[in-house]
Amino acid sequence: MMSMKNVSDNSLLNGGQKLAVKYFIVAIVLFGAQILFGLLAGLQYLYPNIFFGVLDFNVNRMVHTNAMVVWMLYGFLGSVYWMLEEESEHPIIGLRLGNLVFWILTIAVTIVVLVYLFIQSGPGDESTLWLINEGREYIEAPRWADIGIVLSLLAFFYNVAATFSKGKYTGIGGVLVLDLLALFGLYLAGMFYTPNISVDQYWWWWVIHLWVEATWEVLVACIMAYGLMKVLGVSRRIVETWLYIEVALMFGSGILGLGHHYFWIGTPEYWFTIGGLFSALEPVPLVAMVVHTVFDAGARHIRNTNHPTMAWLIAHAFGNFFGAGVWGFMHTLPQINLYTHGTQWTASHGHLAFFGAYATIIIALFYLAIQKWRGDVWMAEDLPGNGWKWKWSFCLLNIGMVGMTVSLLISGYVQSQVERAIGGSTWAGYFSAQAHPWFIQGMVWREVFGVVFFFGFVILVWDLLTIGKTETRKAEPNLIGILRDA
Amino acid sequence: MNIQPWWSSEIFWKKTAVWVTGLSSIALILLTMDTIPKISAGSKRVPNYSVINHRIDYTFDESRNFQVPVIGKIEPLFGKELSESDAEALVSHGKMTIQAKNCMNCHTFLGNGAYYAPDLTKAWLDPYWGGIDVREQLMIDFILDPSNKTHNGLGRRMPKLGITVEEAKSIVAFLKWMSAIDTNGFPYNFKPIQQESKS
Repeated sequence: MMSMKNVSDNSLLNGGQKLAVKYFIVAIVLFGAQILFGLLAGLQYLYPNIFFGVLDFNVNRMVHTNAMVVWMLYGFLGSVYWMLEEESEHPIIGLRLGNLVFWILTIAVTIVVLVYLFIQSGPGDESTLWLINEGREYIEAPRWADIGIVLSLLAFFYNVAATFSKGKYTGIGGVLVLDLLALFGLYLAGMFYTPNISVDQYWWWWVIHLWVEATWEVLVACIMAYGLMKVLGVSRRIVETWLYIEVALMFGSGILGLGHHYFWIGTPEYWFTIGGLFSALEPVPLVAMVVHTVFDAGARHIRNTNHPTMAWLIAHAFGNFFGAGVWGFMHTLPQINLYTHGTQWTASHGHLAFFGAYATIIIALFYLAIQKWRGDVWMAEDLPGNGWKWKWSFCLLNIGMVGMTVSLLISGYVQSQVERAIGGSTWAGYFSAQAHPWFIQGMVWREVFGVVFFFGFVILVWDLLTIGKTETRKAEPNLIGILRDA
Repeated sequence: MNIQPWWSSEIFWKKTAVWVTGLSSIALILLTMDTIPKISAGSKRVPNYSVINHRIDYTFDESRNFQVPVIGKIEPLFGKELSESDAEALVSHGKMTIQAKNCMNCHTFLGNGAYYAPDLTKAWLDPYWGGIDVREQLMIDFILDPSNKTHNGLGRRMPKLGITVEEAKSIVAFLKWMSAIDTNGFPYNFKPIQQESKS
């Protein structure tokens, strides 16, 4: 049996996991699209004539950010479906509906992207907002798609809530259901039109902030809890206690931390105090998560049967802390945000935070899924080629991201100083910063590290397609127990 | 022997999580109820749409220690004074066009959006337009076809987005109205177009 091929075997997966794999595959495709359109948009900073009038910056940038939002949502949906049956100890209720919704959602996403690319924009009336583009950053999806997204997510919510209700309602399950309810409810706050841009941005931030800095964070905390139990065999009591601590700290800081978006959009001055104080506390739960993860890993001497997953879980803990925590805190107080708001500082923070907090943990789940899909094979020490593919992709993706983040930050410094502090944010001030050699150097290095990141992605996909294929050793279920006691 | 202290028990943290989340949510809802009237059109911070009938300036306020919008004498946009509802319709058309043309994925509004092109919060007051007697026309000309207008040493240009004259006018109206929003001094140190000496 030495040449045994572990062709991906669907029969090894439960119903939810089969559906999860579909979500993961689309997520990876969209991740690739995100990188390509990011590279293209980054290149236009250096060579503005590339695709001018054909695929302009605003189109590329919109596809870049939207592909990210959607691939992460797909990653989350996949992760939840992945763990749902194991966690609730019950087959998924309404799985056929879940499968149907997957196809509807995926077709809808494809149509939205094609319209973005080939129609791009329309006349300044309601028809454009309904059919082409809503023109509000991150949630540009036209209104018809918004409604589709809400209905799909409701079906997903039904799968999750009904399955937990029928089966076992674990602590993770309880947090997950309430969090998903909040997540979907919030999306509705972004589905209306008003001429008043202050009111528009007020509610727009409810969706954006309360997604990425509250409900998404709690969602990944649930995935992390499951991942640590799965990979390291940490006891349920420990991960669930930590989960509650993280929810308390996350929502305690993140909900009112929303105020850091209300400094300059016309909202009253009391938001300086509220937003400054609570958003300054936002890193606290992220520190707790690092402590939790590193302590659990260390207490078990990092022994496990899936090294790539473990590595990405640790990357998540640190990436979340540095990207969302440190990089967010750096410019969250109004005294500094006055000079950094709307500059490449935000881009720097956004890159490291989304990657560190979300991309990493979804990649961890990809590896968890492929391990089981190949027949619960061994994915720790002594992999063929010493596991060079996952290690290289891990390094290239992380180095590429840190490189992009630092480059963007340096460009951001120049903007804060030259455009904001000195130039006063006029048109001339803006372009004097954009033309500054330091700014341009930052943009060059961002593109270089973007290419590094892209190579990391290519190897990641290659690895996911091949890892474990010729593996004969099993990751015996009891092995985790043995390792735990070792 | 191994008695678990209360502060490390699961149930304590579960209750804490519920209380903290509940209280934070209630606080946010109460704050929202206070904020929304204060940012509705016609409030002190966010003016009526008919403010486009007036001159708007951005001057330093000693007591607040930053620049604030100042609504001045009658100075109608395109020389025509509009009623409140006509002004709202015009500004709304501008906002709709800005969304339909996906402006926010290059520009920022109130500092939010993308960073490929200048912030438009005070675009109406930007000295780039030269003088207030030519500003309206220059803005419309620019919006209609910016693709052949080089305005920086980088070669970065705005594409022609198929905007009609009506849409261009409404965009200008929206930008004028937006420049009158009290943004707590953002953007800082802005040097507005010279408006006084001309009149």
